Amino acid sequence: MTENKTTTNLELDKLREVILADRDPSTPSIMVCGGTGCLALASDEVAAALEKAIIEQNVEAKVELKTTGCPGFCEQGPIVVVHPQRIFYTRVKPKDASEIVSKTIVNGEVVDRLLYVDPLTDQKIVLETEVPFYKEQKRILLKNSGLIDPRKIEDYLAVGGYKALQKALFEMTPEQIIEEVKMSNLRGRGGAGFPTGVKWELCRKATGEPKYIICNADEGDPGAFQDRGLIEGNPHSLLEGMIIGAYAIGANQGYVYIRNEYPQAVQLIRLAAQQAREFGLLGENILGSGFNFDVVIQLGAGAFVCGEETALIASIEGRVGEPRARPPYPAQSGLWGQPTNINNVKTWVWVPHIINNGADWFTQMGTEKSKGTTIFSIVGKIKNTGLVEVPMGISLRDLIEHIGGGASDEKKKLKAVQTGGPSGGCIPESLWHLPVDYDSLREAGSMMGSGGMIVTDESTCMVDMARYFLNFSKYESCGKCSACREGVKRMYEIVDYITRGYGQEGDIELLDQIGQAVKTGSLCGLGQTAPNPVLTTIRYFREEYEAHIKEKRCPAGVCKELITFYILAEKCPGCGVCARFCADNAISGEKGLPYTIDTDKCARCGVCREVCKFDAVLVK
Amino acid sequence: MAVELSKVDSIIEKYGQGNRGLIPSLLDIQNEYHYLPPDALKRVAERMNIPMIRVYQVASFYKAFSLEPRGKHIITVCLGTACHVRGGEFIVDQIGRLLAINPGQTSKDMQFTLEAVNCLGCCSLGPVMVIDGKYYGNMAISKVERVLKNYKEGEVVADD
Repeated sequence: MTENKTTTNLELDKLREVILADRDPSTPSIMVCGGTGCLALASDEVAAALEKAIIEQNVEAKVELKTTGCPGFCEQGPIVVVHPQRIFYTRVKPKDASEIVSKTIVNGEVVDRLLYVDPLTDQKIVLETEVPFYKEQKRILLKNSGLIDPRKIEDYLAVGGYKALQKALFEMTPEQIIEEVKMSNLRGRGGAGFPTGVKWELCRKATGEPKYIICNADEGDPGAFQDRGLIEGNPHSLLEGMIIGAYAIGANQGYVYIRNEYPQAVQLIRLAAQQAREFGLLGENILGSGFNFDVVIQLGAGAFVCGEETALIASIEGRVGEPRARPPYPAQSGLWGQPTNINNVKTWVWVPHIINNGADWFTQMGTEKSKGTTIFSIVGKIKNTGLVEVPMGISLRDLIEHIGGGASDEKKKLKAVQTGGPSGGCIPESLWHLPVDYDSLREAGSMMGSGGMIVTDESTCMVDMARYFLNFSKYESCGKCSACREGVKRMYEIVDYITRGYGQEGDIELLDQIGQAVKTGSLCGLGQTAPNPVLTTIRYFREEYEAHIKEKRCPAGVCKELITFYILAEKCPGCGVCARFCADNAISGEKGLPYTIDTDKCARCGVCREVCKFDAVLVK
Repeated sequence: MAVELSKVDSIIEKYGQGNRGLIPSLLDIQNEYHYLPPDALKRVAERMNIPMIRVYQVASFYKAFSLEPRGKHIITVCLGTACHVRGGEFIVDQIGRLLAINPGQTSKDMQFTLEAVNCLGCCSLGPVMVIDGKYYGNMAISKVERVLKNYKEGEVVADD
């Protein structure tokens, strides 16, 4: 192994001191976001350009360059933050690198054109801490994402990482840990909201050895990426939570079940586990405590249903991911028939914080029944999309309009927010005073789910949205329960017909009936919740369904079969760009005069509307 | 394509016998060949001591596996909710029109396979398209042809 290996508690303390002594917080450092979002915008090229600029300008000794995980503000990527001041640069290109180094690092000046402009005030904002998107958040779990290099265990140790593990192993008994988690009233962040401490106790008390723990990182909800963000930002915090949990429950083997679709997160959690092993934090006799624990990183193979705990277990066992009836619950009979505890990434990462700060600290945040903060990925038709962490109980409106910055297209009114993915529902704008917690959202017909929030505006068709989710659930249904396999398919067909103009009187009532039947007749969460998107859109946007069925009209102008594209003559200057892009030669006209669309030839691909700079292409 | 079974053997060896290693080894084989060749599946069944029916059941259940050979370039279009509301489907349609394939299919010349997936987790950049691991964020219908052309032209050069 390496010389870094710490075999005792004391050695880890010493190592942390050495790391800290070696670091001067006033040394400038440049943090480049390396999360999937920024990486997709070529932040790796930005980092390479910065490295080159640092060498060229001979300032290697004066500055440290770091690639961090996801700080959350993906909309503005690639993001570069210069510490210690925390100067916040957005949409940085490789060509900006040498200026950042020469101006900010060498001369201490700010590169004005890279600053974030607050869309509400049009003011430029210099510091990360002043950006409204961050200012209104309460970042605890995400605090270190963007500060530490997820590839370096030293960075995590320097911010007090693995201190909770030391406390748990050497100052607390397993029972005390479970008691602390129970008192904190931490509820499972996977969506269902089951009390974590109770779950742990059930597993600890269950008879049978060995016991297993599993981290569910099979984040399948479309539009949700908190687990990815957490793992890419701070993978060691997940491992620390799992080691503490394993000690409390009495498990010596753990699994991280992670989506194959997240290559970056997979790579980082693997690296973190390897480092933890080298440092004596995983493996035999952890820090000399006599406790043994290790984790296996297990990849999912692309099945949404594997987010359900019994299906996930089946998948780890190498079988098809079909859920089974509960009881027995995994706490009694889980992986390989042994007592097993499964928690979501967002639940595990809370554990070190609760052990460090105590249950009282945790219960001060949030509402009476939902404690702490929670992470949402907030996306869709808003200005500031990304990962946000807010206390439970914040109103939907504060979240969407203040942190999210309101509508991305100011000409369009926001209409609804979809929470909980394919299991959740749409909550209309009129109900945005509702607090975000497990119970309020459930009453509104939706659910917290894993924390994805998709904001829609008036150009989103709610019937199409329902069709989208039904298509998803139909595709992802494992096929075991006929209610889900057949019922969801029939619901999809009905809604699909409606969007194509074949809707009939009575369809809405029929959807409602089938929906209730699917809910009752399905074993697992997928089927039990699959009708939610339809039922809530019927509940809140019935008039849109009726417009499709009775008037054969799509009010939002989305459903292809029900719309016609046309060019508004007054607005069309006759530039001819649309005609050039039209693959069907459906647009004709003379330069300088208004163009027209031949609706018979038009395939309704929408390219003309997209390329028109004059908003002259409309839909009716 | 003839399958070099020594590669399959070394993958199987990594995970040992029994069900536990089945999914990880199939994932590795998929990564290696971009699909699961029948010969490789037979080898897995033999060496891991799992009935072929079970291997096939798993291979056909999970969406990460393909039982058909796939194209040289894999185009993945995200149809997660965020990309959907931002018009991801228009992107799929446009690619489909240009290459004459539907999602899940491979073009006749075996150059492109089009896949639609439910969320790549970079929702802020929607609509998102990925070709051979390179991300194209904030895609527009009008950009599709230009992006695809790069890959097609790359081909011509390689053939010369």
